[in-house]
Amino acid sequence: MTETVIRSRKIKEKKRVYPPRRPVPDLGLDKGAEKLTPERIESTIRSVLDNETGARLKVYVDTCAHCGLCSEACHFFWSHDGDPSYSPAGKVKQTISEIVKKKGKVDADFIRGAAEIAYTECNLCRRCSMYCPFGIDIAYMMLTVRRIAHLLGVVPQYIQDTAHSHSATMNQMWVKDDEWIDSLLWQEEEAAEEIPELRIPLEKEGADILYSVIGPEPKFRAQLIYQAAVIMHEAGVDWTMPATPGWDNSDMCMYTGDNEMMGRLKKVHFETAMRLKNKRIVMGECGHAFRSIFDMGNRWLAWKMPPIPVTHAIEFYAELFRDKKIKVKKKFEKPVTLHDPCNIVRGRGLHEMARYVVNEICTDFIEMHPNREHNFCCSAGGGVINTGPPFRNKRVEGNRIKAEQLFAAKSKGAQVVIAPCHNCHGGLEDIIHHYNLKMELKFLGDIIYEVMER
Amino acid sequence: MNGMHGWDWEIGRREIADLSRWKAEYKAVHETCVSPDGERIAAPVRTGETEFGLCENGELWEGEFDKVWYARYTPDGRLTALVSEMGEWTLAVDGAAWEERFEFLWDPRFSKEGGHITAVGQKGRKYYAVTDGVPWEEGFDNLTNLTQSPDGSHAAAAVQIIPMTEGEIFKFQAGVYTVAVDGQPWPRNFVNVWEMSFSPDGKRVAAEVRINLYDYTIVVDGVPWDTVFKTVWKPVFSPSGDEVTAPVRANGKWTLARNGALLWKRGYTQLWHHAYSPDGSKIAAIVAPKYGRWTVAVDDTPWNLTFGDLVTDLVISPDGGRAGCVGKEKERWSVVVDGKRWYGDYDMAWGPVFSADGRRAAAKVETKKTYGILLDGKPLPEMDGFEVLWSPVFSPDGDRLLVRGIREGAYIREVISIS
Amino acid sequence: MHTLYNLVSGPLVWVAFILFIGGSLYRIITMAILAKEKDGAVYAYMDTYHAFRSIYHWIIPFGSRNMKRKPIMTSVAFVFHACLILVPIFILGHVMLWKESFDIAWWYMPDLAADIMTVLVISACVFFLVRRLTQPEVKYLTTASDFVLLGIVAAPFITGFWAAHQWPGMRTALILHMLSGEIMLAAIPFTRLSHMIFFPFTRGYMGSEFGAVKHARDW
Ligand code: SF4
Ligand code: SF4
Repeated sequence: MTETVIRSRKIKEKKRVYPPRRPVPDLGLDKGAEKLTPERIESTIRSVLDNETGARLKVYVDTCAHCGLCSEACHFFWSHDGDPSYSPAGKVKQTISEIVKKKGKVDADFIRGAAEIAYTECNLCRRCSMYCPFGIDIAYMMLTVRRIAHLLGVVPQYIQDTAHSHSATMNQMWVKDDEWIDSLLWQEEEAAEEIPELRIPLEKEGADILYSVIGPEPKFRAQLIYQAAVIMHEAGVDWTMPATPGWDNSDMCMYTGDNEMMGRLKKVHFETAMRLKNKRIVMGECGHAFRSIFDMGNRWLAWKMPPIPVTHAIEFYAELFRDKKIKVKKKFEKPVTLHDPCNIVRGRGLHEMARYVVNEICTDFIEMHPNREHNFCCSAGGGVINTGPPFRNKRVEGNRIKAEQLFAAKSKGAQVVIAPCHNCHGGLEDIIHHYNLKMELKFLGDIIYEVMER
Repeated sequence: MNGMHGWDWEIGRREIADLSRWKAEYKAVHETCVSPDGERIAAPVRTGETEFGLCENGELWEGEFDKVWYARYTPDGRLTALVSEMGEWTLAVDGAAWEERFEFLWDPRFSKEGGHITAVGQKGRKYYAVTDGVPWEEGFDNLTNLTQSPDGSHAAAAVQIIPMTEGEIFKFQAGVYTVAVDGQPWPRNFVNVWEMSFSPDGKRVAAEVRINLYDYTIVVDGVPWDTVFKTVWKPVFSPSGDEVTAPVRANGKWTLARNGALLWKRGYTQLWHHAYSPDGSKIAAIVAPKYGRWTVAVDDTPWNLTFGDLVTDLVISPDGGRAGCVGKEKERWSVVVDGKRWYGDYDMAWGPVFSADGRRAAAKVETKKTYGILLDGKPLPEMDGFEVLWSPVFSPDGDRLLVRGIREGAYIREVISIS
Repeated sequence: MHTLYNLVSGPLVWVAFILFIGGSLYRIITMAILAKEKDGAVYAYMDTYHAFRSIYHWIIPFGSRNMKRKPIMTSVAFVFHACLILVPIFILGHVMLWKESFDIAWWYMPDLAADIMTVLVISACVFFLVRRLTQPEVKYLTTASDFVLLGIVAAPFITGFWAAHQWPGMRTALILHMLSGEIMLAAIPFTRLSHMIFFPFTRGYMGSEFGAVKHARDW
């Protein structure tokens, strides 16, 4: 399977005929579609179109000039040699345009196909909004398709399971309340072996900062909590972590289309900070969670902006370096490159700050191209990686362009890829492996922990 | 709190403990807590490399633990903390640990008067509610949203009663959760069970549930309302216990529903955390009358004063006549009572406290990491500059105020006259 | 023939203008009301400065990254849109009609310029047609209506050129010119040509979301 040679193909070599799509078997999509009736499809779609969407969707559908200029924004389009069915507007054509045109009179097969496109072939990365002259929000349209698919119960199994976990435990990974506290106490103990006075202060009312993480951290990446605790400790900040649900800032319900659950998750999260009287929430290196608390979940709840300000790890690190709260002992010497995560670059403009932090901690920084707002998505975002193993190959093959991008950076000497986002991490790990790129992958926190004075 | 009459209400200031001495004595002093009457202060302290103890008014509890955290006083003034020894957890109350040990024990709750304590315990991967050291007879695969009856003699929680492994999406959608009251599960399962409330007499329970992935409703003693909604928030019993109300989302707007029927006429962009006045005649709730503006509505009439960032900590005075909250606009926090913003904006503000007759109100506020008190809308002179401060407490007659705070490393208990 | 001429040069002009202006207003107003009801976010996050910042970058040629990446398409599209708007307004024939009917007049362009610009519009239409037929990603999106719209846009220019140069059948060409011009005007609010009226809103909204909320550029 591994493609050792990366061909830097230009889309100029477009093909005339592209291989037909074959549906990827998935329990959630297949079983879900089986249960559909034409009446349910139509009434559900009508209710979404009538009650939940409005002028935005109408104007987008009417305004699209079918010019195709958005195509080259999308990594799926590039990676499939210019297959137009993977272009942003192409995906719209196969899904929501048809749904709107037929006013919901579409069949179960169509819904299944549309769901597969919306859940697994679009990362909601919003790059295309920067390429469409009209600024048509394709991601919003794909989310509308997902909303319909959610209401029809046609959602890929793995991400649906994650959404269930969110609803039952208020976190992404079925972490039970005691397991959460226990893992914090355990990380505190581990860290105390290195720094005896180090603490992870739990439930500290009035602390300046509530530090929040994503579900997989206590489960699979506990060392990140450890590193964060060391950074907090050395920087001498007044922080806390909650010992209740609400600690998890992640949100797959936002991506399945379960908006009601998205709202519930964000309510619990923000109310945890309000209960603990924290002035702001600092979150770990995660992109989608930032989107969820910064401009999706809060909006569903009628908070125009996050009620408690949210600081992404990059901003936080930049602040610590600027205020000289942490000092670097010896910079990281391996040449690094930086992947700009969509949700905090197009979603928050943190690209220059990220570069500032990288330069504070690394000696040799090699840019990858295109970069900043124009960076290509990792193809894991938008919940795509959470659709799990069935769609893994599709996701990785759908992002050959990223491998080419990484390979180009590697050719210039980069050995380490910094990806300050959990999803990007997962996505790039698979890409590096699949395309045999042999590059190391790190969070900013990994390097800061390594190079800081302590 | 009935015991309040017995507290020392003599006007004057007493230094109870010198925390700088604690800091010199122990390797580490964690977050402090104070007794309701202000006579005692306690904190977990690190006594050795890996040994912890609990220090109260300068004296160490007997015994050392591998871990001590979550030190809290009960409303009746008993000091509690979660403690672990040899990998086992329990709750220590006034120096004596519950006999029953758990693989993990957490989230202790105290009843209103403080008589009963309930926590969640886990043993052998089974989850129990544990009241005063006694766990439910049967454990569950999971237990969340622990809730106590007002007097603490009953406990309820959302429990998982059908085992399920990750990925079993259809099993989950068929419903594996329900409510257990005093260990007894309701006969019907739900897709999700979230927050719940007891009736004032502790005999009934209402819970918010999702009956499939799309329909939400309120279930009272196992029986769902006839109507379903797009979403609901936590239900509350009326003080008489006859009625259940809950915020519901219907026709794209939030409103309040009673026993399944819409109660309030106005629709809101958001509505939550509703509360009754003690006589049940009024209901107040935190609302967003329009997108991005927040306030409190009393009996479906929102205050004119609104906030852009948030409104939280809705409090109703004990006599039911007044309501207060905390609001934030452009990152500045203010205290609000009866729709009027109190003097000043702060780095942080705490929900106001009322005197028993509702005439007086006070709140704790923070400016640049120092804390002060507002009384009836204005800063209380000389009651600022605290390094740590707890919310003030009114004397039963409302003429005096008990202030508990730390200044220059010393914990001070002071009673001032406010008449 | 004469009555037909009278019809297209008289009442139908009024009809076309009423449909164009009234229709555009109708579309904008109904959408604004609908947005108010259903898409509160559009109003909550619209931000004048960032909206115009984005619009600015998208109306000047080569103002955005994608425009720079596609110089030919950008040049053609820009020339096309500019000529499409300028020619009908400033061509001598039209200015005279305004003068005769309403006694108002403005600057008009020399005939040669008008000729060149008309040819440019027609050539651009051919370019778009070829693009639609040959570029897979454009072809894939293309529906019959796209060809019809291209025809509707090209027609008044072809017929106008014909009539202006007094080629054989010029009278028919003139009638067709007026008729097709009227059709185009009337079609703007009710077809995909409405991108003309909605551009400032969609672009402005995206510019506001990117600029004011997300602190990023969208060009
Ligand atoms: S993956 Fe990104 S660029 Fe591609 S269609 Fe989705 S939002 Fe647009
Ligand atoms: S660039 Fe915009 S207008 Fe053109 S096809 Fe894509 S979405 Fe439609």
